[in-house]
Amino acid sequence: MKLSRLAAVAAAAMIAASPALADLNVPALNYRTGPYAPSGIPYADGFSDYMTLLNERDGGVGGERINVMECETAYNTQKGVECYEALKGENPLVFIPQSTGITYQLIPKASADGIPVHSMAYGRTSAVNGKVFEWVFIMPGTYWDAASMMVKYAMEQEGGSLEGKKIALVYHNSAYGKEPIRTLEELSKKHGYTLTQLAVDHPGQEQKSQWLQIRRERPDYVFMWGWGVMNSVAIQEAANIRFPMDKFIGVWWSGSEADVLPAGAGADGYKSITWHKPGADFPAYEQIKTLVHDKGKAAGDGTTIGEVGYNRGVYAAVIVTEAIKAAQEATGKSNITAADMRDAYETLTITAERWAEIGLPEFAQPLQASCADHGAPHMGAIQQWNASEKTWTLVSDFMTPDEEVVGPLIEEDSMAYAAENNITPRTCE
Amino acid sequence: MLYREAGDYKTSYVDDAQTFPIAFDRWRYYVVLVVAFAIIPVFISDYMAKSVMIPFLVFCIAAMGLNILTGYCGQVSLGTGGFMAVGAYASYKLMTAFPELNIFFVVLLSGGITAAVGALFGLPSLRIKGFYLAVATLAAQFFLVWLFNKVPWFFNYSATGQITAPPRSVFGVDVTGPEVPAWGAYLFCAVFVFLLAWLMRNLTRGRVGRQWMAIRDMDIAAEIIGVNPLRTKLSAFAVSSFYVGIAGALFFSVYLGAAEPTEAFGINQSFLVLFMIIIGGLGSIFGCFAGAAFMIMMPVLLKNLMVDGMGWPTTIATHFEFVIVGALIVAFLILEPHGLAQLWRLMKEKLRLWPFPH
Repeated sequence: MKLSRLAAVAAAAMIAASPALADLNVPALNYRTGPYAPSGIPYADGFSDYMTLLNERDGGVGGERINVMECETAYNTQKGVECYEALKGENPLVFIPQSTGITYQLIPKASADGIPVHSMAYGRTSAVNGKVFEWVFIMPGTYWDAASMMVKYAMEQEGGSLEGKKIALVYHNSAYGKEPIRTLEELSKKHGYTLTQLAVDHPGQEQKSQWLQIRRERPDYVFMWGWGVMNSVAIQEAANIRFPMDKFIGVWWSGSEADVLPAGAGADGYKSITWHKPGADFPAYEQIKTLVHDKGKAAGDGTTIGEVGYNRGVYAAVIVTEAIKAAQEATGKSNITAADMRDAYETLTITAERWAEIGLPEFAQPLQASCADHGAPHMGAIQQWNASEKTWTLVSDFMTPDEEVVGPLIEEDSMAYAAENNITPRTCE
Repeated sequence: MLYREAGDYKTSYVDDAQTFPIAFDRWRYYVVLVVAFAIIPVFISDYMAKSVMIPFLVFCIAAMGLNILTGYCGQVSLGTGGFMAVGAYASYKLMTAFPELNIFFVVLLSGGITAAVGALFGLPSLRIKGFYLAVATLAAQFFLVWLFNKVPWFFNYSATGQITAPPRSVFGVDVTGPEVPAWGAYLFCAVFVFLLAWLMRNLTRGRVGRQWMAIRDMDIAAEIIGVNPLRTKLSAFAVSSFYVGIAGALFFSVYLGAAEPTEAFGINQSFLVLFMIIIGGLGSIFGCFAGAAFMIMMPVLLKNLMVDGMGWPTTIATHFEFVIVGALIVAFLILEPHGLAQLWRLMKEKLRLWPFPH
């Protein structure tokens, strides 16, 4: 039975794959295998399902069907580069690397090849400076924004001051995990807290010593920059040492169902920052259920709908399709190129009305990108996990980062990149 | 019939001692060189170069390096990934500190620096052997990766610990950086592979190589007949690390372009290279090439076959890839425990007699 199902899948995929040539090609560097699959699967499902919905309901965008070209990276940089090389010849509109490591590889390559890279709230933070990084986009925000907002939230909780407090950062020992350190260090000078850095090596299953240290030092807050199995292990360890969960705040990549469910009741009260609403309570999701899942066209097994990771996939798909639509309107042709796509990204506007129009009212903040700012809207809120009801709820308003600290850091880092690579920054006037 | 010694007259000792004494072999060798240096660069596509040929060539060099140490000198090493990291970080530091220095010499110097580090970590081999030495080199692997994560000087104090190769060129053609033509990067690596394979062939059949093999076969006997174990083992570590360092430098600068130590030079890299030489064949140069081709090209080939050819979902293809490659490794080792190189050797023996085997 398994074999015949495989054969059917293969046959269906072959028929589906043949008329792909004239479509809008969107590569998806997914990972449904390996130690990062728990984080990668819901995202991949959400991204593909939303695209399928548009194809089913509207016949694509502007009359052109969207062709999602999946390529499995297993969150591995080498495989990601291979995917890029394999797909760059097929007129891709935009690359969404789904990994900070792969983003670092693709920034110079894609800039040279003229293909936009959308590293959605990950990747190189200073690439938000559109004057230097013409082809890279980070909507809806950067890691430095996240770090600053997390500190801001902790400060509010402590009654306005972090003076003399201790914050521990548990991070994935890679470019991704190290990204917030610089901002957190700057902020510690400003707000007077001490920062303890605890690195966790790939893939992150072994964290005993880090949590032992946390138990010994008793920091007031623990921040986490984790991904994949590392998240659930960390939350389990925190529960084991009875660290107060409402003082444990993860970055947006450390706050989905797959991360908290394994720890069961112990994870109750865990917090993470996010940039969109949790849950599946949106009109568009009803349509995904009826037009995609019920017809057997779901990208995965259909169980991930409404999970945080799934919503991230939908968010990415919305940004891509809105940019395609903007590019079609700007150029007057339906079959756009990667360069049209870049121009559209740079002027991308999604108002609150537009979010409602596409069936996702109040799903996320309205945004307005610009030539210099590739990371709008730079806003996030804190969500909290309720283990008995198995739901995330927003517990804070949407916040903005501390521009005074983040802005100069971005300027400094992006200018250093420009100098290293002989780039003359644009003026953006 | 074609493949035979008969009729191929040698009139001097130099002729007799050449690498390929059989005329057919010699011609095949020249054909491979022409294909590698004159035909492939003309037709190579971006994808073929950057996803298949360059990693293949880089790992050929790494496998040659480990084969010198393990296959020829009998010292087991699990530190290959760490030594590749030394090569990569040495090349990064050299590239950024001396922008004028030609990338060719940067790569060679990185190999030299790795050789020194390798010799240092080879010192325990004088007292311990076998599994115990494997554990000591494993320590080197973890220590080196930890070091490159911990000390910001190695990654020029960049915010994320990533190192990025700046653009460098040879004869006006870019070989590192984002705008590298496929043939340029390919040829650059191919030249290193050719030079290093040539050097390895001549090292292993000379005095140095015979000393290595004497130590490998029985170290006490070798010592009694006058082979100095200190010099022999350390030279094996140094030469091996020189190769591995060059592989690491090319891996970082030409192939990846940007790297972080934990992922790019982790323990899996050490195992990958070890598998290459075990599958290819210990103590054989051809084995290095065969093993690298098997471990690098087979997954890409399978992926393209299953995903693009048959249209399977990427997850199923990836899982199948693990199963198939794993099964092939087991099958090969059961059918021929001495690796692909031994298969090749047997085939040549048979060819010599063909078509009259009696």
